[in-house]
Amino acid sequence: MSRRTVRTRLAVGAGRAAGLASRLTGRGQGATISGRVMNLISPDLLAELAADQQVVLVSATNGKTTTTRLLAAALEAAGSEEAGRLVVSNSTGANLTSGIAPTLASASGPGTAVLEVDERVLPRVVDPLGAELLVLGNLSRDQLDRYGEVHAVGDKWRAVAEAHPDLAIVANASDPHVVWAAGPARVTWVALGLRWRQDAATCPSCGALLDWSADRFDCRACGFAQPDAVHRLTDDGLIVDGRTVALDLALPGEWNRYNAALAIVAASTHFGIPPEVAAAAMAAVRSVAGRFMRIPLGDGRDATVILAKNPAGWTEALRHVADHADAGVVIAVNAHIADGKDPSWLWDVPYEWLAGHPSAAAGERRLDVAVRLRYAEVEHVVEPDPIVAARALASDDVNIIASYTQFSALYRKHR
Amino acid sequence: MSARASAVRIGLVYPELLGTYGDRGNAIVLVERCRWRGIPAELVEVRADEPIPDSLDVYLFGGGEDDPQLMAADGMLASREAIVRAHAGGAAVLAVCAGFQLVGHRYEAADGAVLEGIGLIDMITRPGPDRLIGEVVVEPSASAYWGASGPPPRLTGFENHGGRTTLGSDVEPLGRVIAGGGNGDGAGGDGALAERFVGTYLHGPVLPRNPELADRLLEWVVAPTGGRLPELPSPLEESLRAERLRVASAGRLRSWYQARRLARG
Repeated sequence: MSRRTVRTRLAVGAGRAAGLASRLTGRGQGATISGRVMNLISPDLLAELAADQQVVLVSATNGKTTTTRLLAAALEAAGSEEAGRLVVSNSTGANLTSGIAPTLASASGPGTAVLEVDERVLPRVVDPLGAELLVLGNLSRDQLDRYGEVHAVGDKWRAVAEAHPDLAIVANASDPHVVWAAGPARVTWVALGLRWRQDAATCPSCGALLDWSADRFDCRACGFAQPDAVHRLTDDGLIVDGRTVALDLALPGEWNRYNAALAIVAASTHFGIPPEVAAAAMAAVRSVAGRFMRIPLGDGRDATVILAKNPAGWTEALRHVADHADAGVVIAVNAHIADGKDPSWLWDVPYEWLAGHPSAAAGERRLDVAVRLRYAEVEHVVEPDPIVAARALASDDVNIIASYTQFSALYRKHR
Repeated sequence: MSARASAVRIGLVYPELLGTYGDRGNAIVLVERCRWRGIPAELVEVRADEPIPDSLDVYLFGGGEDDPQLMAADGMLASREAIVRAHAGGAAVLAVCAGFQLVGHRYEAADGAVLEGIGLIDMITRPGPDRLIGEVVVEPSASAYWGASGPPPRLTGFENHGGRTTLGSDVEPLGRVIAGGGNGDGAGGDGALAERFVGTYLHGPVLPRNPELADRLLEWVVAPTGGRLPELPSPLEESLRAERLRVASAGRLRSWYQARRLARG
């Protein structure tokens, strides 16, 4: 870290102090405020901090925190065999420039930085960080009130790929927005499948309607199509270079198999880590920054907490819960800035699947949830506090599916 | 109330293009509020590559992003005669946001593209300087169009649009904007109201948040001779509406106070 300037060292010190203050006063986890202070004092901070790191950026609408954690786990496992390879990663889900700086500052020497980046932030940090690999998962509607439209994000990603035709990208071949975005760069495709297609009706290239079959998309108007992928996720596991690797994850849900598949291909194709070694390291990860943590309800039961941020994420979370016949479900929703201030997405999600499951509407927007459940003909209780609501459900398997600020409140209190 | 020979056909037009803001919810609410009253109803989805039929009882045009809106405009234009014929023959229309913009004569997008609308309502939409985003409250116009039940109570919703809509001089707005932006052209109204037609910028979606508005639309097609629908208690929906009204007026008070402080220096 000898190359750091006085100004950078000052910035890092002041930022750490701010982060500590934030934690001590209970205002937050400290990552974001500490990064803000650092960036304020030293605008070139990111470039300087990243100078001796091999930087990998992971972005997506859904799954970026978990994919980042899984990839870091694989690199750590491989790195322990060859001494001196240090891995840093922003494991708290703080993924704006303000969250990235403290992570880089925590590196104790040259190594690899695996960084989750907000999909809107990605285009402006690729250059300052000198990223050598992007891992791109999926793009779908998220917080329309503040982030705008999916197509616009895809276009901004694509501008990065166009400016860096030699940049290595590991990308999901099944998501039209991601294919459009990554196309101009040096891409390794992974076919993960795409179950949420409601934001991919039209061709990102020409705007015509896309043809969707069970496992691929094509545009009849301009020829834009799903690229052939050597690496594919199947029911049996991940096919990497012709070999099938089983995915026995501790993390629940189909969506975590997607995340793991993407991370394994990145670990294997870019870092030369054998897929089996990567998969074994990922299998041991149980909870990622509070996602899937278990909270004791005080009556002998635990509630599993699942974060869901947008219709695609909610749909996958509901599918997972509805697969378990006896599962009880608390739907905990707020509509602050970080949740999206418009909860109209509730009507894009098939809550009808919950019929017959003990259910509850919780959070500040519990009435919006309750009205939605009424029209889905799902019987439910209405209770502001998700933990109190969970206790009220007559079921051994209790799940709390929570929007972002509901989730982070639970995480802060019960971590 | 006249007995119907067949189920009420609730048409959700182009859900994959005009369904960005939970617009399916409007269709679900109409279908269920019929069924709960013992009136058979079915949800008919018109996919984006299909012509829009003239056989639906309610036409729902929802919100959408720019590219999908462009596709939707082409399809609606191609099916314009069917829509106009069905509406003239007794069908009701609810057009929200992007769908609302496309029932006018034309819509000028922010990028300069000009989309021709189906001209069902005399209005045009132009790009505004910014997006109008946030909670909205609308006091419905006291209009004969509402029928025997009169106007519904104050409407609440959430808007998110960049367009500014100007109504023709003979067109009534859906109502007066109490909080939020609405049509945003300076005339103080939101949406448009006509014979068996409601146009609005209100998402939420608008019908789950305003059950009486849903019932007016149903009354227009189920009891066109001036009858009323059977009562359907909706305490949850009414609690939600009351909560949203409270929140919007608190927001209004806050902006009024801030403006006053600014004015005083």
